[in-house]
Amino acid sequence: MLRALCLWVPDWPVLAAVREGLALPGAPLAVVAANRVNACSPAARAQGVRRGQRRREAQSLCPALVVLPADDDRDHRVFAPLVDAVEALAAGVQLVRPGLLVLAARGPARYYGGERAAAIALRAALAVEGVADARVGIADGAFAAELAAREAPGIRIVPEGATAAFLAPMPLAVLADDELATLLGRLGIRTLGAFAALPALAVRERFGERCAHRHALASGTDPRLLAPRIPPLDLERVIELEPPLDRVDQVAFAVRQLADEVVETLAGHRLVATAIRIQFRDEEGGESERAWLHPRSFRANEIVDRVRWQLSGATRVLGWRRDGGAGPDGAGPGGAGPGGPAGPQLRAAIARVRILPENLDAIAHHEPGLWGSGPDERVHHSLARVQSLLGHDAVLTAQRSGGRTLAERRILVPWGDRAVRARPVDRPWPGALPQPAPGTVFPARHAVGVVDAGGAPVTIDERMRLSAAPAAFAASAGGAARPISSWAGPWPLEERWWDPCRARRAHRLQVVDAAGVAWLLVLEGASWWAEARYD
Amino acid sequence: MPALAPSPAAHFGTASRAPAGASAPLSSSRLQTVDTVRQLQARIDALQRTRLDTRLMPTHEALADLLPDGGLKEGAAYSVSPSSALVMALLAGPSAAGSWCGVVGMPEFGVEAAESMGIDLDRLVLVPHPGEQWLTVTASIADALGVVVVRPGRAASDGAVAKLASRLRERGSTLLVLGSWPQAEAMIGITESRWSGLGAGSGYLTSREVTLTVTSRRSPRPVSGRLLMPDPEQGIRRLDPPSARIMPRPGLGSAARRAREAWREVG
Repeated sequence: MLRALCLWVPDWPVLAAVREGLALPGAPLAVVAANRVNACSPAARAQGVRRGQRRREAQSLCPALVVLPADDDRDHRVFAPLVDAVEALAAGVQLVRPGLLVLAARGPARYYGGERAAAIALRAALAVEGVADARVGIADGAFAAELAAREAPGIRIVPEGATAAFLAPMPLAVLADDELATLLGRLGIRTLGAFAALPALAVRERFGERCAHRHALASGTDPRLLAPRIPPLDLERVIELEPPLDRVDQVAFAVRQLADEVVETLAGHRLVATAIRIQFRDEEGGESERAWLHPRSFRANEIVDRVRWQLSGATRVLGWRRDGGAGPDGAGPGGAGPGGPAGPQLRAAIARVRILPENLDAIAHHEPGLWGSGPDERVHHSLARVQSLLGHDAVLTAQRSGGRTLAERRILVPWGDRAVRARPVDRPWPGALPQPAPGTVFPARHAVGVVDAGGAPVTIDERMRLSAAPAAFAASAGGAARPISSWAGPWPLEERWWDPCRARRAHRLQVVDAAGVAWLLVLEGASWWAEARYD
Repeated sequence: MPALAPSPAAHFGTASRAPAGASAPLSSSRLQTVDTVRQLQARIDALQRTRLDTRLMPTHEALADLLPDGGLKEGAAYSVSPSSALVMALLAGPSAAGSWCGVVGMPEFGVEAAESMGIDLDRLVLVPHPGEQWLTVTASIADALGVVVVRPGRAASDGAVAKLASRLRERGSTLLVLGSWPQAEAMIGITESRWSGLGAGSGYLTSREVTLTVTSRRSPRPVSGRLLMPDPEQGIRRLDPPSARIMPRPGLGSAARRAREAWREVG
């Protein structure tokens, strides 16, 4: 019979939320799934909150209760370092669910010189990770070990061969099978011991395979074997830059070997990365990271490109100091990044670069075919070349999107990035301009002046009436006046009045000038703008 | 040999330039001669054109026969007047047939209009701000993309243009340049434009009637045709009957034309 060691951290979902910083330790806290309490903190339990209660009920018992939705990902994510800590001490760990680990007791028991010593060592390892009240149960079989861990705080060891006796007084509810518990209750059987006393063959014949399995559990002969977790591959690579580098081109050069290593390690496992995450830490301790996708798979030089773009992007966004020529080595043009002619200098030098492959795929899916992989590969290579020349967001693909204004009706996505979820195009979008759409949409709209026949500026009143028919318009920056031969409008547009940041109130006019070119003029606030041209 | 080379060139140069510069009042007989010479040149061109390597891009049928050779040629450059609708109409045919299209240096390219004109957005690539490197970018993109539209930034040197032209020929990509281009196969422009649908404060834009004029290197006489672009259904439609717009090619018999068709099918 397999001796199993079970490590259980009570209330793990609550603990995970606290460790993620979603709530203060010691606060009454409940994690709720499907409107039922899934786990609660000791403070909440002291006020009567229990697992399985409805949310309202729990809140009425404990008005100060902090309610958080259950998040399986969070539980797993926060638990992963603990699994690693246990794995560092003992092999063959099975992760049953976040908060519950089972491993074969024999190995650690022999290594530490006894089951109790092994349990103490594992508890200590978890205590180092900040989990003070982990419980350990050791018994024959994983089922009994888990019950032993749940029975009492600390360590509970059921001696070999005594498992059936340990289980005998337990209620049937621990089998977590309501149907069976009700059925056996009607037969007058209320404990595992009474259930185990039934002949195994008779249980199988009468109730089937599922109950036979439960019967085996109740008799202390857990037929399950452990399915130990295979530790994930360690694919990330870190480089510590000593001394820290403060120029984009220097960092890119330093990272080249690292990128080679990443790609080679992956190739060694017959894998390629289709997404990577790059993290920087500067010498002041600030961290920045970004995920990069690749339409095919990353090669080493492409990873270096991403590093360069990410640093150049940070230079742009955060307004990091540019090399003005006065720097220590300022004279040489770096030629790196689209930021400027001189190599942009970072405000804080980069001390560490970490490259983490995020999405992996089998290399077999990415081998070029015998006759090449068709035109799309060529397209990608030439576009990637342009991207490494101009920067990641210089090459765009276009997507349609729903909306009322011209800017909203299209989305531009850098080549290689995942498509943004667009707003549906097929909705009516009342207030949008009728087709045809203008062929020229000015990236920055031009200020214009619109005048009537007498030369007075045209305005629109509260009732959305024009002060006079528009007769001509001219660019405010200076330019010949264009006489208007025909026009239509004004069409009002009033959007999101509830949101002061995104609210928009405008009037639009289509006009055709004397040359036969149509324009879209917009009155917003008190000024007219030319937004698009139908040419 | 190098010493001799310049002299014939210089000779031709003066010979062709002298009459044009010297005779301000051209006599009618002179005009006739010039016309005959041009006709003969066009004929020679027409015969030389039937080469194995001349391939055509699938061009929108409303535009195709206005262009020399009856469509956009692979590996050629065209000079297009700066009109987004015209560019989109030229891109529509190749894009619908599966070509990738690139647009360099046009941040104002209207994506929505492009889609409604029939350009597949999945195969459209935009490089809105190539800056100083527009020529490098264009050459790089033309390596893989079937049709590339470019608005030139800074003027390019003749050498760079010639290099790009040879790259286009080698790759079989078509280049549409907004503005003038030294080695353009043809110049395509909108000479007249009239929108309909708008009144004095009523209606909305529905369709636009344009006159397209194509001037090619070979035939000095411009070819023009009237189109609805876009028509009320956002498409492109021809207004004048097709028979009227084919420029008569003196001397090009039906046999020669048949031969050309045959070549085209083979090619």
